[in-house]
Amino acid sequence: MATHTDGSAPARVAKKLRKNDIQHNDPSPRRRRRSSGWGWVGTPYLFLLVPVILLLGLTYYPVANMFWYSVTDWDGLAKTKDFVGFDNFVTVFTSPEYFAVFKVSLYYFFASFLQMGIALYFATVLSFNTRFRNFFKGVLFFPYLINGVAIGFIFLYFFRPDGTLDALMGILGLGDHTQHWLGERSIANYSLAATSVWRYTGLNFVLFLGAIQSIPGEIYEAAEIDGANKWHQFRYIIAPSIRPIIGLSFILAISGSLSVFEIPYVMTGGANGTETFVIKTVDTAFKFNKVGQASAMAVVLLAIVLVVTWMQKRLIPDEKVNQS
Amino acid sequence: MKYVLANTVKYFSLIVACLVTLLPIGVVFMAAFKTKQEFRDTGPFDLPQTFNLDNFVIAFTKGNMVQGFMNTVIILAVAITGTIIIGTMAAYAIDRFRFRGRTLVLAGFLLATLVPAVTTQVATFQVINALDLYNTRAAVMLLFMGTDIVSIYIFVQFMRSIDRSLDEAAVLDGANHMTIYARIIFPLLKPAIATVVIIKGIAIYNEFYIPFLYMPSRDLGVISTSLFRFKGPFGAQWEVISAGVIIVLIPTLLLFLFLQRYIYNGLTSGATK
Repeated sequence: MATHTDGSAPARVAKKLRKNDIQHNDPSPRRRRRSSGWGWVGTPYLFLLVPVILLLGLTYYPVANMFWYSVTDWDGLAKTKDFVGFDNFVTVFTSPEYFAVFKVSLYYFFASFLQMGIALYFATVLSFNTRFRNFFKGVLFFPYLINGVAIGFIFLYFFRPDGTLDALMGILGLGDHTQHWLGERSIANYSLAATSVWRYTGLNFVLFLGAIQSIPGEIYEAAEIDGANKWHQFRYIIAPSIRPIIGLSFILAISGSLSVFEIPYVMTGGANGTETFVIKTVDTAFKFNKVGQASAMAVVLLAIVLVVTWMQKRLIPDEKVNQS
Repeated sequence: MKYVLANTVKYFSLIVACLVTLLPIGVVFMAAFKTKQEFRDTGPFDLPQTFNLDNFVIAFTKGNMVQGFMNTVIILAVAITGTIIIGTMAAYAIDRFRFRGRTLVLAGFLLATLVPAVTTQVATFQVINALDLYNTRAAVMLLFMGTDIVSIYIFVQFMRSIDRSLDEAAVLDGANHMTIYARIIFPLLKPAIATVVIIKGIAIYNEFYIPFLYMPSRDLGVISTSLFRFKGPFGAQWEVISAGVIIVLIPTLLLFLFLQRYIYNGLTSGATK
């Protein structure tokens, strides 16, 4: 269980790799000779040839193109592209049709707080002695492994009229309060966000549990001798030691809530005001052939993700996460 | 007394959580065994009358699930093999050599992990199209292999723990770099390879977006896209859709039951990198 906390987010890996670099570049010339002082000088390039070609061809070249498309009105087919300046970006932020997708992501963003709360509660509970612990852990984690399309169908069945939820409410005597869970504009996004919570809580839970379990048992024992109850143990031992991983999850929730795609796409297809940023981008590009406009949206999303990652690096120093 | 109360709350909440997790799946499981008539007449919580497998047969044959599984297996095999070869080679070069441009390559891979794949498909699509790979399995295989940077990191991190004196001993015995990579490093990377196979395997099995975008042809359906296409023809036949969902779920459940420990470790390390 040590692996999940020893590196988080690419930025963290970056720092580690850099540290390693310094170690190897500076020391004695003898070390240098040992690592690369023999053989043909081109060998590393040969090993890197295929990976780098794929990296350039499938990541950098498209990203560069995306920036260029974003300032044109290209439709994806025409031979020529007309330069339109920042018109596409203006549209993203001013046209209500495009701007609405940002509001939809707020549902998922706030739902992720609920998700973290539930995950934290169960991680804490299961970190103490519990019967059938592995069973509970497995059940809570399992949804994260399920195919997204299957989850979409499971919850279409759950929310459909006379489906699981309505039947359950009938049994509980709430039969009069059933709604069109996915058909009603004011409710649909809540239903979808709840599905997202169901799907991803397991991952948060296992991450938190791993962090909590890496706290040495003696600390709890010492606290108990000093008269600390379970709440004190949570407040003064568990909470501080997993704060970095909660911070990380929180920041990942921002980019996560903007990249929601599968659940709403399978369940509502973006109807009833449930269109998310990615659904909108995909439709704009491939249904309405506005590649220029879609590229501008993708550039905006990329910019947000990069800013969020930078913030994460600034706010949560590596060392703290590693300690947890 | 207080202790008993706390324990009651604890187990009660755990049982509720299990119900919330299992109930939505359980009702789909029951629906999969019902006949069309039975499904219409009974509620979601009523047990099926008979052990009827017709829906599974329909899902497999008319629903193209057989083809979906075959395509998924082919793509899985090629993409995972490719990822392992590419990833270990890149990691070998990055970890064992000091060469001009190394920092640049490293920074290049790092920066790429920050780019969310969903956003760049608008432009990646044009590359695949230009290569004339649209609507082929090769497109999806190439994308799964070429954009997986997390596995390179898993390999680099693991390779660091492999003692360099092994390389040196091999050099004294007259081995060249290719031999060292293939005979010494690669076999020692087995635990890291297992992690990558699990993470990558689950990710590819569950991936919907890429096959959906690049392989619209019906014959090229994978598990996810074949299941997604149940929406049209079986739109109102929930018993068939349920059977399809269960068919997709079973391999995941079996894998989880047998490889639990590796999955917890692998997926959580993949998720936070």
